[in-house]
Amino acid sequence: MALLQIAEPGMSAAPHQHRLAVGIDLGTTNSLVATVRSGMSVVLHDETGRALLPSVVRYHADGSTDVGYSAQAMQSSDPHNTIVSAKRFMGRGLHDLNDVGSMPYQFVDAPGMVQLKTVAGVKSPVEASAEILKVLRDRAESALGGELVGAVITVPAYFDDAQRQATKDAARLAGLNVLRLLNEPTAAAVAYGLDNAAEGVYAVYDLGGGTFDISILRLSKGVFEVLATNGDSALGGDDFDHRVYCWILEQAKLSAMKPQDARLLLTRAREAKEDLTLRPEVRINAVLGTGEIVDLTLTSEIFTHITASLVSKTLVPTKKALRDANLEPEDVKGVVMVGGATRMPQIQHAVGQFFRQEPLNNLDPDRVVALGAAIQANVLAGNRSDDDWLLLDVIPLSLGLETMGGLVEKVIPRNSTIPVARAQEFTTYKDGQTAMSIHVVQGERELVSDCRSLAKFELRGIPPMVAGGARIRVTFQVDADGLLSVSAREKSNGVEASIVVKPSYGLGDEEITQMLRTSQENAKADMAARALREQQVEAGRLIEAIEAALSENGDSLLNAAERAEIDEGMAALRLAMKDPNHQLIKAQIEKLNQISEVFAARRMDQGVKKAMTGHKLEEWEA
Amino acid sequence: MNFDFSKNHFELLGITPAYQIDLIRLEQTYRDIQSQVHPDKFAHLNDAERRLSMQWSTQANEAYQTLRHPLNRARYLLHLNGFELHEETNTAMSPAFLMQQMEWREAIGEARAAKDTSELEHLSSKLRADVQAQQQQLAGLLDSDKDFEKAAQVVRELKFMEKLREEINYALEALEA
Repeated sequence: MALLQIAEPGMSAAPHQHRLAVGIDLGTTNSLVATVRSGMSVVLHDETGRALLPSVVRYHADGSTDVGYSAQAMQSSDPHNTIVSAKRFMGRGLHDLNDVGSMPYQFVDAPGMVQLKTVAGVKSPVEASAEILKVLRDRAESALGGELVGAVITVPAYFDDAQRQATKDAARLAGLNVLRLLNEPTAAAVAYGLDNAAEGVYAVYDLGGGTFDISILRLSKGVFEVLATNGDSALGGDDFDHRVYCWILEQAKLSAMKPQDARLLLTRAREAKEDLTLRPEVRINAVLGTGEIVDLTLTSEIFTHITASLVSKTLVPTKKALRDANLEPEDVKGVVMVGGATRMPQIQHAVGQFFRQEPLNNLDPDRVVALGAAIQANVLAGNRSDDDWLLLDVIPLSLGLETMGGLVEKVIPRNSTIPVARAQEFTTYKDGQTAMSIHVVQGERELVSDCRSLAKFELRGIPPMVAGGARIRVTFQVDADGLLSVSAREKSNGVEASIVVKPSYGLGDEEITQMLRTSQENAKADMAARALREQQVEAGRLIEAIEAALSENGDSLLNAAERAEIDEGMAALRLAMKDPNHQLIKAQIEKLNQISEVFAARRMDQGVKKAMTGHKLEEWEA
Repeated sequence: MNFDFSKNHFELLGITPAYQIDLIRLEQTYRDIQSQVHPDKFAHLNDAERRLSMQWSTQANEAYQTLRHPLNRARYLLHLNGFELHEETNTAMSPAFLMQQMEWREAIGEARAAKDTSELEHLSSKLRADVQAQQQQLAGLLDSDKDFEKAAQVVRELKFMEKLREEINYALEALEA
């Protein structure tokens, strides 16, 4: 029920239980989980007090997994079965990866998304990510002492539809209810903006382990409006490690290497990069499996030199974002630095020079995204109605359709505020044509082959007519998670055929169910109990929401018969809640939802009317 | 469902239909509506309500984006007054205008070939001034003269100028990459 926003000021809804919700930063290198406790956003630690969970999953032959530090410790000795930076592979095919040669994995090319061969079988990046999310879910549930209502999962702003869908699939696989996929820079802006009561135009420069985002936001009176976003979903701290790694190979005159040695040197490279944040030079020592000894000194000068092109690569999207927002660097009031990689002095320097100001570093760049996500999760779970804010985010990449000659016709331009829908009409080009194929792509380039293919589908059953006679309306809808669905409708002759297509990179419902089944086979009893509990919580929530709504404006918006019907529905649900069959509860929830739909619609309508008429004329003239 | 999706964009955002509008008021009403209907306010609720909220929020975005941009707003006003532009098929422009267009294109092409960023930026600001003049004319035609025929012609010209702006931006981007 719609209860939160429509309440009169000073008339709070019925007091309700605090709903457990978390924000999860699913990072390339490290992941974190945070929640709002007593009004404060805090990162949750593991039992030994560590906040970061290395995004590393090691598979064993029996199918069990190690996740985090223990897996990370084994990445050199067991490189094939230890998946590092799985985020880089999310929603990506083998041909999308440019440094396959230097990675110690046995890749399996699969339609849509690359997979990895391990002792536990072939695993998809979605499954590996789900393992990380499961550990974080368990951590949160034991720290908070209850089941989570939902989670906000952050994604790089520049993630395309396939990468977003893969992330959402991973969360479902981990048994998480995704309240929202939230863009990482936007999450950081929420944490920063609320903390500092910031107003004006801000840039968020987010260089993570494997992705780079730049977002330009306007903060004013509780509204966080993303004006433009840009980035590179294959550029991050990992690339700096890789540059150091290549430098080591060159200096030590090493060539073909075993995966173990490659992993060892990559680790040394990363350590060297981190140490150079604090010191002008570091020594790199390693003994390889072949007995060869590496002993080198890397100065910050050399490091800056060999990574200069990576640093300038981040400034290209930065300029584009500013241009899309119609702004100059001096229009930006502050630059918020996010992501561990922004600790590198050469990054700080380059960003400071570009924006002609000192970047803002007063929030921990490793944690700020998770903290912001937790704040948003708390709101989305319905825990607060006062002192509210609004996030207006955008779609990072244009969506288009293939037209004649392999060209792209843009349908929704990048940086459109979401949710957004656009319809396009098509017609047949041959007499008697009964089918039409539609190819949806994402990207900025003019040729279909240069953009990412999201979905291809055929619209069949068009009534045969002369060329140009049929009118097919294709609608693109991008939801608040930035995810696309496409529907098509044939409107001539009064015949309407409508279909909805989800992009092909996402896993099907069946595949997810299958994965869930395999991973949880030995926890069946547990699952049943969980399902029952979930439905009971859901039912309680619904009743509570409807009661609050009824007490607020049930009398004014419902007639006696409608009111009675809702009361009956609630009574039936209360009865069902006592039943051990979760399906029955679910059915009653759906029924009550259906009964109360008209009420919800009227309430929303009233809310809109109020928003339109709530301002008196003098307010505008003042 | 008693939602009125047939409301026009001006009605939805509580603005009197005109070319010259109070943009601050437009933005404020848009934000007020979004804070009522945005999917973030319904994330913890059931599917039906989430869907409804997405539709409303989409509608509010569509209305706002249409009215916020001068060219889109002019097009929409013409549409409400029964003047369809048929921009794809109706490309009849005055020879003088077309000549001007060719000169623009040549200048952009030359600057691009010479990798002359500052010339491109100069062209960009010159274009902006031209566009502003056209918009002023449009305001008179739409709001006082109600000369929709003539206004439609100016809108078509503005569309050409928008293409030029895109071209300049593409050229600048290409030079930066």
